[in-house]
Amino acid sequence: MMKKRWQRRHIVEAFVKGLMLVSFLVVAGCLGAILWTILVQGLPALTWAMVTQVPQGGFYLGKGGGVLNAILGSLYLAGGGTLLALIFSLPIALYLETYLGDSDWGRYVRLSLDVLWGIPTIVYGVFGFIIMLAIGLRASLLAGIVVLSLIELPIMVRAMDEVIRRMPVDLEQAALALGSTKLEVAVRVTTRQMLPGIITAVLLAFGRGIGDAASVLFTAGYTDRIPTSLMQPTASLPLAVFFQLGTPYPVVQQRGYASALILTIIVLIISISSRWISANLNKYTVK
Amino acid sequence: MNRQIQTDRNKANQETEGRPSRPSVVARNKQNQLAKRTFFIITLLPMILISAITLVLAVRSWPILSTYSFKDLFLGSTWRPDHGLFGFWPYITGTFWVTIVGILLSVPPCLLSALYLSEYSRSFTRSIAKPILDLLAAIPPVVYGVWGLLAIVPLVEDVLAPFSKRWLNFISIFKVNQPTGFSIIAGGIVLAVMIAPLIISVVYEILRTVPDDLRHASLAVGATKWQTIRQIVIPRVVPGMVAAVVLAASRALGETMAVLMVVGNVAQVPKSIFDAGYPLPALIANNYGDMMSIPLYDAALLCAALILLIVILIFNILSTLVLQRMLGKNWA
Repeated sequence: MMKKRWQRRHIVEAFVKGLMLVSFLVVAGCLGAILWTILVQGLPALTWAMVTQVPQGGFYLGKGGGVLNAILGSLYLAGGGTLLALIFSLPIALYLETYLGDSDWGRYVRLSLDVLWGIPTIVYGVFGFIIMLAIGLRASLLAGIVVLSLIELPIMVRAMDEVIRRMPVDLEQAALALGSTKLEVAVRVTTRQMLPGIITAVLLAFGRGIGDAASVLFTAGYTDRIPTSLMQPTASLPLAVFFQLGTPYPVVQQRGYASALILTIIVLIISISSRWISANLNKYTVK
Repeated sequence: MNRQIQTDRNKANQETEGRPSRPSVVARNKQNQLAKRTFFIITLLPMILISAITLVLAVRSWPILSTYSFKDLFLGSTWRPDHGLFGFWPYITGTFWVTIVGILLSVPPCLLSALYLSEYSRSFTRSIAKPILDLLAAIPPVVYGVWGLLAIVPLVEDVLAPFSKRWLNFISIFKVNQPTGFSIIAGGIVLAVMIAPLIISVVYEILRTVPDDLRHASLAVGATKWQTIRQIVIPRVVPGMVAAVVLAASRALGETMAVLMVVGNVAQVPKSIFDAGYPLPALIANNYGDMMSIPLYDAALLCAALILLIVILIFNILSTLVLQRMLGKNWA
């Protein structure tokens, strides 16, 4: 047997492979570092009162209370935004696949969605604020929901588009051969077959919506109360983190870290459950 | 026997009675046409939205664009709204410094990671890598900001700045001019981690478009894997890699909260990566909403948003067109 001669190229190979592995570990390590930092700094201040009480008088000076207003506010904002975005994105995604396919018009629509995705959220926030002023709306839950739905729309459509593309052609053609109209195929076959993927897309958009601060900064306002109507301003978790860190008191800053931990936990739960759904609900669909 | 048939017939009757009557073919086709038209109108929404945002920002920032010359506005370096001076230069340079530092830090490890995942790793490693990247992408900007504040700013302050002061102070872009860690480099590091999942996943997708036959042919004639990658794989994907980086740059340009929290927000033209900067998104976030009494202030901030939007639109459209072409059906 011939012994492998170590040439320069083999050394380079080993070196480059090592370098690649190290850079991948660095990227993965950053995730670990972020989660570790937030956990270690946030956990000491994370008390039961933090998640069950609204801020009391002097909360931002270090007195008692919690951030329930921000937690609920964020859930309302992201929930409403996701619902509103879903109403528009499901038709767009179905239309793209069922009626347009790979036509030129479909490509333009996809391009416009990608571009929309790329517009920074602060620009959406400013745009939303201008429109609010023009129609005489104050900073409110409603305005926040509308702006968030605009941000979530492209994310949701592109994620749905990605899964609907994987729809088996046979299934669609079988339905068409039985005399279904395209609408019936879209609503009764495609939507059901791709339901796990659609839920994943919705959760992905929800996760983006709940974490965004720049867009709700001008549009949703901030208040210490839990909103009871769409016209009231509302607090949100990202802004709660931001404002608490902005105070000079270490106790309040600590609670800012705890709020960041709460936000991270919510986002992690969403991310993990969407992974679980796409892994486990697929058994009910036609392969 | 007879009774049996009777009950069967009854059952059949009951079943059909329970159902709603079927709509006629004509009605169904009409429904289909109506849905097609409605869906088409909804599909116009994204394009209308892009035009509306651009138009509204352009109209609202027109007062300042028509009052000041291009040179005063974009190259002027004094920002004193109460004195009627609106120089965007410190903010424009701040934005670009942070973005460029972020890109430079992010691109080498991200390209290497994508190559590793695509060319070397086993499917098991890939199945771990995907959730890691998904989680990195899912973490909210404000949490990145908190991490930057708690980990990166002290790191810059206690490790990187003293190191640079000791060894690299003679190079002007590494010169340490201020004592805190709130700096361009801190913003750049946070941005680098934020855009990493985007770069890795897009580059990975592009690498998967290179047919395996080419790799096999190269390996079969005795090339090592790295030789194959460098001479066969990479030349085919260079445009896509560039597009991925440009796309990531456009994301980095518009990032607001995370950068705002660590970059220092001092309106100066940065000279070194250890200087504080003040990017455009931070300017808007910090000042918009409470500037109503000063004339033209509102228009100036919207002009800042317009600059940001136009640069990002250009970056975005170019990179998406390249990626659409390269990824074919997988992308769009």
